[in-house]
Amino acid sequence: MKKKLDVVGKARRRVDGRAKVTGALRFADDLSMPRMLHAKLLRSPHPHAVVEQVKTEKAAKHPGVHLVLTGKDFPIPFGIMPVSVDEYPLARERVRYVGDPVAAVIARDEQTALAAAELIEVSYRVLPPVGSPQEGLQRPEPRIHDYGEQGNIHRNQAYEFGDVAEALGNSDLVFEDLYFYEGNTHLPMEQQASLAFLDQDGKLQISSSTQNPHYLHRQLARVLQVPEARIRVLATPNGGAFGGKCDPGGHEFVVGKAALLLGRPVKIGLTREEVFYVHRGRHPVLMKMRTGVTKDGMLTGMHLQTLLDGGGYGSHGPASTFYTGVLTPVTYHYPRFKFEACRVFTNKPACGPKRGHGTPQPRFGQEVQLDRIAEQLGIDPAELRLKNLMKANSLTASWLRVGSIGLEECIRKVTGMSGWKERRGKLGRGRGLGLACSTYMCGAGVAIYWNKMPHSGVQVLLDRSGSVIVYCGATEIGQGSDDVLAAVVAETLGVGTDVVRVVSGDTGITPVDLGSYSSRVTIMAGNAAVQAAERLRASLAGAVSETLGTLPDRVVFSQGKVYAAEDPSRAMSFVEAVAIAEAALGTLSAVGSYSPPKPPGKYKGSGVGPSPAYSFTACVVETQVDERTGWIHVPRIWIAHDIGRALNPTLARGQVVGGVYMGLGEALMEEQAFRRLPERLSGALVHRGPSMLDYKSLTSLDMPEVEVALIEDPDPNCPYGAKEVGQGPLLPVMPALANAIYDAVGVRIDEIPITPDKVLRALDSKEKRVGPQTFPAVPYPQPVFVLPPWEGGDGKEVKRDAAPAVV
Amino acid sequence: MLRLPWFDYRAPRSVAEAAKILAGEGPRAMLIAGGTDLLPNMKRRHQSPQVLVSLRQIEELRKLNGVFGSGLTLNQISDSPNTPTALRQAAVQVATPHLRNMGTLGGNLCLDTRCTYYNQTYEWRKAIDFCLKKDGETCWVATASKRCVAVSSTDTAPALIALDAAVTLVSTSGEREVKVEDLYKNDGIDYLSRRPDEILTEVRVPAGWKSTYWKLRRRGSFDFPILGVAAALRFSGEIVEEARIALGAAASRPFLVEKAGEFLKGKRLGDEVIAQAAELVANRAKPMDNTDMDLYWRKAVADDLAGYALRELRGDDLRETRLRIARQAL
Amino acid sequence: MKSVHLRLTVNGEERELLFHGYKTLLEVLREELGLTGTKHGCELGECGACTVLLDGAPVLSCLVLGLECEGRSVQTIEGLARGPELHPLQAAFTDFGGSQCGYCTPGVIMAAKALLERNPQPTAQEIKEATAGNLCRCTGYNQIVEAIEDAAAKLRAEAK
Repeated sequence: MKKKLDVVGKARRRVDGRAKVTGALRFADDLSMPRMLHAKLLRSPHPHAVVEQVKTEKAAKHPGVHLVLTGKDFPIPFGIMPVSVDEYPLARERVRYVGDPVAAVIARDEQTALAAAELIEVSYRVLPPVGSPQEGLQRPEPRIHDYGEQGNIHRNQAYEFGDVAEALGNSDLVFEDLYFYEGNTHLPMEQQASLAFLDQDGKLQISSSTQNPHYLHRQLARVLQVPEARIRVLATPNGGAFGGKCDPGGHEFVVGKAALLLGRPVKIGLTREEVFYVHRGRHPVLMKMRTGVTKDGMLTGMHLQTLLDGGGYGSHGPASTFYTGVLTPVTYHYPRFKFEACRVFTNKPACGPKRGHGTPQPRFGQEVQLDRIAEQLGIDPAELRLKNLMKANSLTASWLRVGSIGLEECIRKVTGMSGWKERRGKLGRGRGLGLACSTYMCGAGVAIYWNKMPHSGVQVLLDRSGSVIVYCGATEIGQGSDDVLAAVVAETLGVGTDVVRVVSGDTGITPVDLGSYSSRVTIMAGNAAVQAAERLRASLAGAVSETLGTLPDRVVFSQGKVYAAEDPSRAMSFVEAVAIAEAALGTLSAVGSYSPPKPPGKYKGSGVGPSPAYSFTACVVETQVDERTGWIHVPRIWIAHDIGRALNPTLARGQVVGGVYMGLGEALMEEQAFRRLPERLSGALVHRGPSMLDYKSLTSLDMPEVEVALIEDPDPNCPYGAKEVGQGPLLPVMPALANAIYDAVGVRIDEIPITPDKVLRALDSKEKRVGPQTFPAVPYPQPVFVLPPWEGGDGKEVKRDAAPAVV
Repeated sequence: MLRLPWFDYRAPRSVAEAAKILAGEGPRAMLIAGGTDLLPNMKRRHQSPQVLVSLRQIEELRKLNGVFGSGLTLNQISDSPNTPTALRQAAVQVATPHLRNMGTLGGNLCLDTRCTYYNQTYEWRKAIDFCLKKDGETCWVATASKRCVAVSSTDTAPALIALDAAVTLVSTSGEREVKVEDLYKNDGIDYLSRRPDEILTEVRVPAGWKSTYWKLRRRGSFDFPILGVAAALRFSGEIVEEARIALGAAASRPFLVEKAGEFLKGKRLGDEVIAQAAELVANRAKPMDNTDMDLYWRKAVADDLAGYALRELRGDDLRETRLRIARQAL
Repeated sequence: MKSVHLRLTVNGEERELLFHGYKTLLEVLREELGLTGTKHGCELGECGACTVLLDGAPVLSCLVLGLECEGRSVQTIEGLARGPELHPLQAAFTDFGGSQCGYCTPGVIMAAKALLERNPQPTAQEIKEATAGNLCRCTGYNQIVEAIEDAAAKLRAEAK
């Protein structure tokens, strides 16, 4: 029976709030156990080298040392994606970046482990390092890995949806631009830590700061050769993650192995420098974007080429490579679309998924180019976007099904809030406004490893105490995943979140959930939780309907009460209802599961990009730029996010502002950049500054006030209509800033980050631009050719010659 | 977790006692006051003193009557009503508020020089085969250089140089007064004229200067200066009687730009005069590629920063510019 | 130097311990006293996660020698609540979204506590300045400022 919402949509203290403000919350490094030992990793000082010998005798004899591990102890590799299992917990034959772990010491304390690690003698045969994808393309040998497409190319792919050359040829204008987006990293405040031990039954238990306990569980079993059923992974609350704790890390296998060998608890806590080496952050991406338009501003097609700097390992790279293309046509209607993407191995820490995974880079180029198109055509940038908006419940040229779209309202809202019409271009020299839009997935349509099982499972347990326990493998990384689960279950059962207990992220006791990545928890775990709670509610309704003198589907559950819809005075408490049901039906529990809908695309590769729903965002940035110094000041940002429904508005707004913060940091200063010493003197290729001081992230004094609008139009595929909010709001900030700077001082900074020196350089240049000048010759493959839905396609690859003429 | 190496700890109660310990221990010992510079360096194995001589128990280092004791924290300096403007503005922009509760005036003056190839962990430095300043042979900033070019990163020193301040150095062999500008040498390794057995006890600042300090850094907090301009003027009406302009973070030492001071003497601060003086200041800024931000940009904006300082001293309202650069009103 | 004797006051209680003299206050709190509410993000004074109050003033415990705390008073996040009731700062941080992952939270709250003791009615700018030594990667600071403003108002009302 429908009722008005009691819990959902109301600002509420998050269920894990108290622990976070009292210091009671135990992060992985806060754990300690009797007889616990400490591990420390020895890492490679060379960017690329063959490991010839590792001598551990001296270290092993050092007082207080219990165990020394090397690559020999780990014959089985790991990798988050089945197509790139290319990494060993400790390097066996090859090191591929400065910081690649080579050996581990387990000792009575960290000081001792560190001292002993310095006694390990490693002989390396140094190989020439690859510093950039351009260099990797030019220099196929020596190969960094002996797998991949060819030479140092890891992944290389091409897709074409309709004849794009023809579309661009028939356009009134074609815009061709190059963009570059420097890499950056997650910089979670919490440095990764893991504690492993054998439980009372000799099972291996590991508490770790991971976003994805399920994937870690599978990889531990594989690498340590222990049956999955004999391993339990507890994801401790993550002190921030942002994608950086998705991949399993060498350190997790090391403490697992050491606990198995020593029978004692073993802990490791990474230093901040090591966190920069674990990385898996934003790929540096060079982009070439060719876009056709008609004179009146209708997009005709896009040809997008990307070149990714992958770093030393595969990580999520195959997916990242796809993501530099696939979500580009979701915001606006492109009748035809082609994208080619190439990921090259380099001798740097591996890149992977960071908030927005692979999409902020092309989104930056796309939204800056739209600004340029609008200017050239004399159309207001907001109008140009509105003209080309993707329609709700439609397909893209690449066969992504897009359901609800609140982007139009987002644009109208931010332009209204910012005074766009009245203020843009009228703020005077040096001040400007810029607009940009974006979209993001609500969970990936396909799991990281191929399987037909649900993406999320939830079990809800009720008993006569009236307490509700929600079990789910989803992981609380700060985003509020426990709170989402508590809220939707409480709402469904008509109780407050105060009687709900969420048990999450524990592969020993919770149903499988794939993890806290790709903005999937609210939608996938949320839907599974609602299903479980609805099943229980149906059981309760059936059990109490007679007592309430009504039909089961007329029983209302609200605010701790259970009553007949037609006569609310025929009521009982929720606790009484549970007792009646428990007496009638036995112990009360239900499970729910969620599998995303099958994607409509049928071509190989169509599994990356589909999602049950997409969120949309529009953002306006205001900036003041000093023309003498290039100094950039951002006084205000307005942002509207199509969230479907805000389950907890306080948390939702926090995610939006936090996304803006991280986006603005990337836009202005965050860089995971590397330094190569003069080659004639040194082979060094090192991180420029693996520290909190050198990696610049905005402080409270650098952060503007952000005005947030949540656009709520419930999406039918989502629990209570709620779409994602964790990643989307980051995405439009970078291009909006670039466009604002153009509005302010008339220069195009076509690369991220945008720094004062680049602004000054652009102001002093003839072309009034700073950005990449060339795009290398990339040997992209023959594209997979698919006809767009409106050209008679069926979502399958077609032979190019056999493609029917456009009707 | 990064941890400190083992060390012995001494906590004398007087300067004399501290000086005695320092003389006795020789190079094994280092002074520690706030610890905000030394302890990170020890954790990264830049310095490994076997003995730490703490100055925290020495009350006489916290004088605040006519002189500034070197043991005063930077927050105590900026909170004091008697602190000249440039010194206050410098102190209040060091690092973060919490670090300013710890870091002392003496510590900031003796701050180790900094470099992107040096302020890294032992493991990182090993990956570049170390550098001239510590454990290595090559200066990676200027590979032909025989001299370490690590950059002076103190904020208070340029302010105190502009203010014509002097420090007192005490050792077992007596005490001497040194002008702040003479406390430094343009050598990234041997950057202080203070002898290792000397303790910097206090700072004397002559009165009567109208002064200001402008700091350039990327963020509103945490960051060391990538350029600091301090200016102190004495006016007679609208005419500049005396002018002292000092630069920080532009070499291995903070220094006085005498030419600019001489140029301004006897002049009215018109726009043209300010532009020319700023140019003279900027000419002396020779930044190296060893701090945050682009080297050429740091050079290019030096005259702007000097211009802000002089315009502010002329009486222009630069609050908005200050807010944009410093991200706080000062 | 091996183990060293130390007596200090932590959250109002006198504590006496033997510890390895190289340990900083951060390590003493977390490893010797089990007070893991104080976090660490860099151990170099570059993030603010380990902020505690030493004799009432916010300091970074990662750069304070345990040895220098003899006879001094330390306040950590664990000592803030009033019995079962949250301190207004704690309540505001969780009610206004000032805490997401919660890792920087103890440090920011301690910095805010020192601010409000010195200045019961700070402006937003003063709040930002007082917490400028605490990096947060989740919130974007807006809700932290709002939380401190709310707590300040509640504490002022209590003081009346």
